[in-house]
Amino acid sequence: MSKNTLYDKVWDAHRVVTLPSGQDQILIGLHLIHEVTTPQAFSALKEAGKSVPFTHRTFATMDHIIPTQSIERPYFDSQAEAMASALEANVAQYGIHYFGPDSGHQGIVHVVGPEMGITQPGMTIACGDSHTSTHGAFGSLAFGIGTTEVQHVLETQSLALSRLKVRRINFNGVLPQGVYAKDIILKIIQVLGVKGGIGYAYEFGGEVFDRMSMEERMTVCNMSIEGGARIGYVNPDQTTYDYIKGRQYAPGDAEWATALAYWESIKSSADAEYDDVVDFDASGMTPMVTWGITPGQSIGVDGTIPRESEVPDAEVQTARDAVKYMKLTPGQPIEGVGVDVVFIGSCTNSRISDLREAAAILNGKKVHPKVKVLVVPGSQQVKDQAEAEGLNTVFSEAGAEWRNPGCSMCLAMNPDQLVGDQICASTSNRNFMGRQGSPTGRTLLMSPAMAAAAAITGYVTDVRKWI
Amino acid sequence: MTIVKQISGSMVSIPGNDIDTDRIIPARYLKEITFERMGDYLFADARYNPDGTLTDHPLNDPRYVSASIMVVGRNFGCGSSREHAPQSIKRYGIRALIGESFAEIFAGNCMSLGMPAVSVTPDVRQELEGLLSDHPTIEAMIDLDDMVVRVGTRDYPITLPAARRHAFLNGTWNFSALLSANSDLVKATAARLPYMNAFRGPNA
Ligand code: SF4
Repeated sequence: MSKNTLYDKVWDAHRVVTLPSGQDQILIGLHLIHEVTTPQAFSALKEAGKSVPFTHRTFATMDHIIPTQSIERPYFDSQAEAMASALEANVAQYGIHYFGPDSGHQGIVHVVGPEMGITQPGMTIACGDSHTSTHGAFGSLAFGIGTTEVQHVLETQSLALSRLKVRRINFNGVLPQGVYAKDIILKIIQVLGVKGGIGYAYEFGGEVFDRMSMEERMTVCNMSIEGGARIGYVNPDQTTYDYIKGRQYAPGDAEWATALAYWESIKSSADAEYDDVVDFDASGMTPMVTWGITPGQSIGVDGTIPRESEVPDAEVQTARDAVKYMKLTPGQPIEGVGVDVVFIGSCTNSRISDLREAAAILNGKKVHPKVKVLVVPGSQQVKDQAEAEGLNTVFSEAGAEWRNPGCSMCLAMNPDQLVGDQICASTSNRNFMGRQGSPTGRTLLMSPAMAAAAAITGYVTDVRKWI
Repeated sequence: MTIVKQISGSMVSIPGNDIDTDRIIPARYLKEITFERMGDYLFADARYNPDGTLTDHPLNDPRYVSASIMVVGRNFGCGSSREHAPQSIKRYGIRALIGESFAEIFAGNCMSLGMPAVSVTPDVRQELEGLLSDHPTIEAMIDLDDMVVRVGTRDYPITLPAARRHAFLNGTWNFSALLSANSDLVKATAARLPYMNAFRGPNA
């Protein structure tokens, strides 16, 4: 059993009581909500005549269904409009902070929490969304929950949870040029598997993480869930504190010392014990691309689609399903695979640094005429910042579409969808069958720089040739 | 709340591993603000061809229409936290799942609905699949007391995390009442946490 890790310390600080089932009742310090996974929870709450005791610890925004072109109300899609209205009525009724489309702060919930300074170290954070693991980048225990659990948090500010094991993942060495945080997490999932993290929280550390920006740490923690780990986190350090300082909901000057003392106290101790430790070396890394239908099915951009003989026995069936669905041939190089659409966005890669990286590649270039390119900033603040830097002009002049913030084509609950069996080079986190809105649509996951390079050539290309 | 101890019924087997929540229920069906119709959308993309005709998916096979136990593979329910996935399975008429393994959030969501997701070894899954193709309507009984699935005269061992088993056997699988009862302790815990009090926060 792990000892003296951040996980253990934060867990213990939030334990209310041990329940008869053996699970712990854990206080949830921060509850983030959005429109898709909450209407049923609020209905149940109302039916039971319950209130929300900690309204000031709940924050809402709208991201999944919001259109990225015309955001005039009512939305063209009447179901989206109904969902938006339901959220707005619920937050109004219960007095919950809401970063709506008129606030200047609306965006993907996992982009908004950190940039508003709401996400802080040493918190327990829950949200009806599996990518809540993103907030672990700040040294919090952040995880996705179902709608029934959303109701529990609204009603009791707590959850019944079983303690996870803790796996330390060390990434040492120096990242080669053209290799990004996205490639790191794709590599981790490729090696440990899509179910390797079941039952674990992942603690990421080592030289590579020490040097990373907060946005890079968020990209990695975001996809912990793709490796089966419900929680992924990085211990807080000066980078974390510098990021938080001065943000709207961050501790003010008068409380900063108290906050800092708490944050320092919950870091994994030098003598921390882990249930498992895995070491990676960054130096040999290449940019990664997925070729299949799970985020674990990835290879280096200079690699070839694996033959069945190269796949472990237990993975052969999924590999077979994957090449059939993806219409790719084992042995074929991934470089050169044609793309129809490029999507730069999602809670994995839609922050300002992601857009800068993509813009650096596209600057002065033209998007290939057969490729449709969507650039979707993660929040209104990211959008404003990008426009202040002129990144929108770079994208537009290259022939890409500059959109309003939201989840967009990451899961295609809004009008941004693939058509037929189009192939999309995507900076999002899931390459599941049908994920991007067409039941036969195909997704190749990669970093923003790689996606931008593919936009120019019209096929998967090695971004290292472009920088 | 109802005690969940034994679940009997015929079975249907879903082939493949790593079946994600987008496949169980594609995102475009999540746009409704109630769960009522989710049963209609279970495996929608796998059950229908683009022209609306039925595929050869097991759920379209008349021999398995009355199934109330779903047999699945490894890492079933990976992906999103959407409760719509287990809701669609339950509302379709399934009352328990038997699989090699389940994604964490998915298994928790199943428990919230009083629908056990129990694990068996790959060999047992294969054997159940074999039995099912020879005898499509064969009855199975999942027994959480004895921790077996009984088919005919055979008992196959099952596993389930102890806390979940406890919750099913004691009828406490919806934690709402249990958690609410400790509201004073929740407040006391919050009072000890600096960020719940001392930091500026939005209300200061
Ligand atoms: S961007 Fe994609 S993964 Fe992230 S919250 Fe939105 S739908 Fe989920």
